[in-house]
Amino acid sequence: MTKKPVQFQLNGDQKATFVDDGQNLLDVLRRGVGDLTPKFGCAQGTCGTCTVLIDGQPHMSCLTLAETVEGKSVTTTAGLENGAELHPLQKAFMEQFAAQCGYCTPGMLMAAKALLDTNPNPTREEVVEAISGNICRCTGYEAIINAILSVAGNSPQRYGVR
Amino acid sequence: MPVEFRKDIFSEERDDNLNEIGQPTQRQDALGHVTGRSPYYDDHLFDNLHHMRCKRSPHHHARIRSIDISAAERMPGVRRILLGKDVPNNLNTLLSLLDFGIDDEPLIADKKVSYIGEPVAAVIAETDRQARDAVAKIRVDWEVLPHVLDVEEAVRSDAPTVNDVYPDNVFVYHGSYDHQKLRYGDVDAAFAQADHVVEGRYQMSPIEQAPTETCGAIAAPETNDRFVCYTSTQALFFSLGTAAKLLNVQSNRLHFIGGTVGGGFGGKVDSLHEPMAILGCMVTGKPCKFMFDREEEMQVGAPRGAERWYVKDGVMNDGRIVARKFTGYFDSGAYTRLSSYAIIKCVGHLPGPYTIPNVYADVYCVFTNRTPATAMRGFGITGVDFAIEAHMDKVAETVGIDPVELRILNAYRDGDMKAHRRLAKNTALIECCQVAAEKSGWRISDQARQASSLRDGGGDRAQLPPHTVTDQNGRVEGFEGTGYAGGNKGGMPSPMEQYQTIPATPAAQPAPQPSQTAAPANRPAAQPSQPPASSVPPPPPPATSPDADQLRDRTRHSRRFSSISGLRRR
Repeated sequence: MTKKPVQFQLNGDQKATFVDDGQNLLDVLRRGVGDLTPKFGCAQGTCGTCTVLIDGQPHMSCLTLAETVEGKSVTTTAGLENGAELHPLQKAFMEQFAAQCGYCTPGMLMAAKALLDTNPNPTREEVVEAISGNICRCTGYEAIINAILSVAGNSPQRYGVR
Repeated sequence: MPVEFRKDIFSEERDDNLNEIGQPTQRQDALGHVTGRSPYYDDHLFDNLHHMRCKRSPHHHARIRSIDISAAERMPGVRRILLGKDVPNNLNTLLSLLDFGIDDEPLIADKKVSYIGEPVAAVIAETDRQARDAVAKIRVDWEVLPHVLDVEEAVRSDAPTVNDVYPDNVFVYHGSYDHQKLRYGDVDAAFAQADHVVEGRYQMSPIEQAPTETCGAIAAPETNDRFVCYTSTQALFFSLGTAAKLLNVQSNRLHFIGGTVGGGFGGKVDSLHEPMAILGCMVTGKPCKFMFDREEEMQVGAPRGAERWYVKDGVMNDGRIVARKFTGYFDSGAYTRLSSYAIIKCVGHLPGPYTIPNVYADVYCVFTNRTPATAMRGFGITGVDFAIEAHMDKVAETVGIDPVELRILNAYRDGDMKAHRRLAKNTALIECCQVAAEKSGWRISDQARQASSLRDGGGDRAQLPPHTVTDQNGRVEGFEGTGYAGGNKGGMPSPMEQYQTIPATPAAQPAPQPSQTAAPANRPAAQPSQPPASSVPPPPPPATSPDADQLRDRTRHSRRFSSISGLRRR
């Protein structure tokens, strides 16, 4: 099987690895470069727990061919923290019980970040729409929606610029 | 909407101040979750990790004439292909660790398959893709058998046998009955005196737990002759014991690490992945991962089983329910797993949270050619509670009483005798109904509003029925054994037997053997893990009528029963 070299930015760091034909980005992130924060849920693009940002846009990494991120910038949950400081979304999810089993959380966080990066003051409906590709089976969506809204717009924990 | 806590209810009864309730509390695992660092089983990286994929049955029911793995073995990256014969002890029932039930399920099927998706071979390859490609090259010569998918069709005498251990397609309780019984009072006499008899039929489809993380396990060799196993299991020690039994190894050679579960809801207790991954690791010497993909999780992963219920109530004009009769069928799928236990829980719960003086239930654990069922949130209770509460509404409509008031009228109160012969305490259905009515603006009578779980219970309501009608319906032969459910424990004394106070006679020492000659002809042979036959005296001859030993065995059954279903004092 042919291996192809791929270079991309992962959370600001330059990464270079070899990928197989047809290998998906999720597999390359987890096994190839060792970023375990995106999770495997379905490999069908239905659950959203593997969501990452590619050049700022949310993508299902399980449905993304790894070779297509050549030269692009990939952001995962591992890139949310600023040193020892949590991202406001992470703080909000933690403090407002928006993560029960935690398995959908990395995908939810990335979908929420993609929304707030472009729309810092979304309505509840816009939040619902933004996470509509992410399935949660135990936390319940209300807590997640509320956590996202709490760091949006003029709330006290205002969404920081990063 | 903020949650309102009704600390006023039963406040005089409690000595707890519930300081934590209603206050935000930080979960200890929240930081790991929001940083993506919580260690799920698949988050452990190993060099040279091998991957396992199963060849699965496309048929509901088929005999395996032969399996040709020659082409698959030549596929790139394939290290080993496992068949049923490669599993050291290829027959188990999940609750055998509790001495409950007969081993009835292979880890990898080698004679026949009884549901779509049952594994017949497992390929271990260097990549997941190579394993899948090799699985596609395995050829199985199937002899397709007639199948049955409906519980009531499965219990008919002309139905195909799903599970050879239970030829009549029903689990055998206590080695004696083809269903779990509840007898309390005399329902037929009460029906004759009731003003109304209300009947209903209810059913619930199987429900997939659908965790976001699929079930799986990774096993790797350790440097001390042990195997480490990272697993998604919800039941770590249960999975450890099951793996030790199936693989015929000492449990202290297995090092299980779990606890971080990406959603379970009951669907991660079946302990199928751990023994498979460890076996893959044993035969290749490499770290081995066995995980469901999403399609397998939905198709093969065990759901909450289907149930069908027939409920018949005798009701007086004033709304008092004087008799309730159940016939229930749990769809266990092809194997027992946990359904037999779910029914024990279920029957202990009948007739629901109501004080009814005459109750009767026959509940069957039925084998069909559907995916084996397992645990899910409150299993054993959820399906029948749906039936009971739907039926309560039907009774209310028939008698012309408000459905909330009907529940308050019939609810357990503290001190009432329940159908499983325990006194009710800490009951609160009345208060729940009152609060629900108040919150939803549902008008109920002053009398219903003033009722209390703490008043008017006990007294006559604490008395057992003067007469309980018993019967031998559903009596079966050929399953006499030592285990609570007629389990085949061979020569191994069960933990309970070490504490039995009845003096043992030679005929019963060690544990009496199941009467193999009286067992169904197609029952599987003794397990390889049993001690050699020479180490135990021959089993007593099968008796056709109950003799003293058997009666004592039955006494012992009832004692085991208490250890499982909780007859001990609470």
